[in-house]
Amino acid sequence: MIRVQYFARYREVLGIDGEQLQRAALGNLEQLREHLLSRGGVWQVLAEQNLMCARNQELCGLETEIADGDEIAFFPTVTGG
Amino acid sequence: MSVRIQVEAFDPGVELNALHAANLGIGAVATFVGYVRDYNDGRDVHGMFLEHYPGMTEKALAGIVGEAEQRWPLLRVEVLHRVGRLQPGEPIVFVGTASAHRQAAFDACNFIMDYLKTRAPFWKKEDTPEGARWVEGRCRDQQAAQRWSKP
Repeated sequence: MIRVQYFARYREVLGIDGEQLQRAALGNLEQLREHLLSRGGVWQVLAEQNLMCARNQELCGLETEIADGDEIAFFPTVTGG
Repeated sequence: MSVRIQVEAFDPGVELNALHAANLGIGAVATFVGYVRDYNDGRDVHGMFLEHYPGMTEKALAGIVGEAEQRWPLLRVEVLHRVGRLQPGEPIVFVGTASAHRQAAFDACNFIMDYLKTRAPFWKKEDTPEGARWVEGRCRDQQAAQRWSKP
């Protein structure tokens, strides 16, 4: 079981701020993203090239492997400061 | 090191003075204050909402400050960032770096802001006459951060 969170514009477009996911094979973040994209419709927002992601609250690349219990997050380019 | 995320407004002057207080070894303090503008990308801005990723935000900022402390001889560092609703003219972010000499303070302050802009999970949503809109990330912020990469 993993927790997936969405922030800012992604959260608004998707209409949820997060979800628990049970996946047979966890794989990496790119595979998780492909799984979410396969839902179609609004989920295409995650296809954006400048999408950022984090594993357990640390920025990471899409090639990062996911482990059971992880907290994964997808979000648009950050704009603080 | 001090990292604070808060909804409440703050006074940059108070933060600046606190940074120097009771440490006579500090010969230089550099600060950056970011403010909400009333205009952006061709539209009036009446206010904004700052969203963040609770938990990760604090970790990301602590990591950035930790890296600055490894690179420069800093005596004190403070990062303060607001979240929630803000009005034009209000301070959003305060970064203060204290050192014995100015160059470390200047460079560390610059470095922390460049990394904060590209790595800390904050998102701005502006209120404009045409409705609310999310601010898009800027390429030049990425380029500014890249100049600190070690060869």
